[in-house]
Amino acid sequence: MRSDEDVVRLRKVVREELISLGFGLVDQTKMITAASELARNTLKYGKGGEGHVLKLKDTVRIGLELVFTDDGPGIPDISLALTDGYTSGGGLGLGLSGAKRLSDEFMIDTESGVGTTVLIRKWKVS
Amino acid sequence: MTHAPGAQIVEIIKNNQKDLVGDLLATMKKKVIRLDKSAENEIIIQATQLLGFLEIAIPQGQLSDLETRAWDDTRQLLSDFSQTRAKEGFSPIETATFIFSFKEPLFTLLRTSLSNNPQLLAEEIAVTSLLFDELGLLTISSYQKAREQIILRQQQELLELSTPVVQLWQNILALPLIGTLDSARTQVVMENLLQKIVETGALIAIIDITGVPTVDTLVAQHLLKTIAAARLMGADCIISGIRPQIAQTIVHLGVNLEDVITKATLADAFVVALKTTGSSVTNS
Ligand SMILES: Nc1ncnc2c1ncn2[C@@H]1O[C@H](COP(=O)(O)OP(=O)(O)OP(=O)(O)O)[C@@H](O)[C@H]1O
Ligand SMILES: [Mg+2]
Repeated sequence: MRSDEDVVRLRKVVREELISLGFGLVDQTKMITAASELARNTLKYGKGGEGHVLKLKDTVRIGLELVFTDDGPGIPDISLALTDGYTSGGGLGLGLSGAKRLSDEFMIDTESGVGTTVLIRKWKVS
Repeated sequence: MTHAPGAQIVEIIKNNQKDLVGDLLATMKKKVIRLDKSAENEIIIQATQLLGFLEIAIPQGQLSDLETRAWDDTRQLLSDFSQTRAKEGFSPIETATFIFSFKEPLFTLLRTSLSNNPQLLAEEIAVTSLLFDELGLLTISSYQKAREQIILRQQQELLELSTPVVQLWQNILALPLIGTLDSARTQVVMENLLQKIVETGALIAIIDITGVPTVDTLVAQHLLKTIAAARLMGADCIISGIRPQIAQTIVHLGVNLEDVITKATLADAFVVALKTTGSSVTNS
């Protein structure tokens, strides 16, 4: 992801996948919004990176996994970054924590000077 | 006799200008479909100009580098020419045909005048061919640039077109937002609204987001900033058309819209706006 248009494109891909998996409108909107937040962070703070969309399936449920990776500066203090209202870039400071609340699973892996990877999942009982 | 590369071709251009322009026009007529009388005249003028510039530039010896000063006039001419063509809707091939069509007639004249000197003929043909290829490429790249500018301008026009602010009633504006709000577009939309508030002195602005598929923190922040700015200018904003799934998502995001007047539909918002501004609509 390198530009604003890529964020728009990613949202479209995520929407299509969610629809094909049969997610309802509310879950669709939540996950698309979370994707939008993480994609924007990748762009704005990670100086661009990659977004991956993966369909999940286990014995009882199906789901969608989104992974965002950048090789930007990393997040020095994860719990601070996850604090509502904390922003280092003049935002609302709600994107990262919001994405966590909007998804079912949330993982973050970051190292100073190496980069940041954020993974979210949304499940649907099939 | 000089043997500077291109010396022969300069002579030929000098002595055959009229014929060359005539030949060019004939080829263009064959290859390019739309050529009315005024387009023909234009081609005659531009071709004559180009040949004149070549006569001066070629003897200066920088045949392989069109970026040098010697080629300033030529570059300018071709750039203007390509821009006009791009605007008029000619294809890049039609545009470059103008340059490439000079080759054959020039080669023919070279062959006649250098029939007794095959080596020089080969050299001059090579030089001429290379030069006109470069000129052709220059036309194409100018054409490309001009097209990009046109597209950019159209995109901007579209940005503004797709964000109309409408006056619903005295003192009441509405901004029905439709489609994806990327940063650039959101910026334009919000600025338009503020501008319109200033122009009309409106007291209420209804921002309807029924047609917005995703409201993330960036969109929310733009909305909040606009509402704050509008307030400073004496106008209150009402946000309408927050669909249930968007409402739930906004709550999970943690965006605080408590200080903002929200209504389910544009119609509801309009009723509130009428009341606040002291107007009313009754069934009779
Ligand atoms: N990929 C990343 N690389 C480095 N720092 C990041 C990354 N993602 C988030 N951060 C840091 O975490 C902070 C909080 O992120 P969050 O998305 O919650 O807020 P924001 O982007 O500043 O504002 P917004 O509410 O508009 O999203 C950011 O300000 C930034 O300092
Ligand atoms: Mg963010």
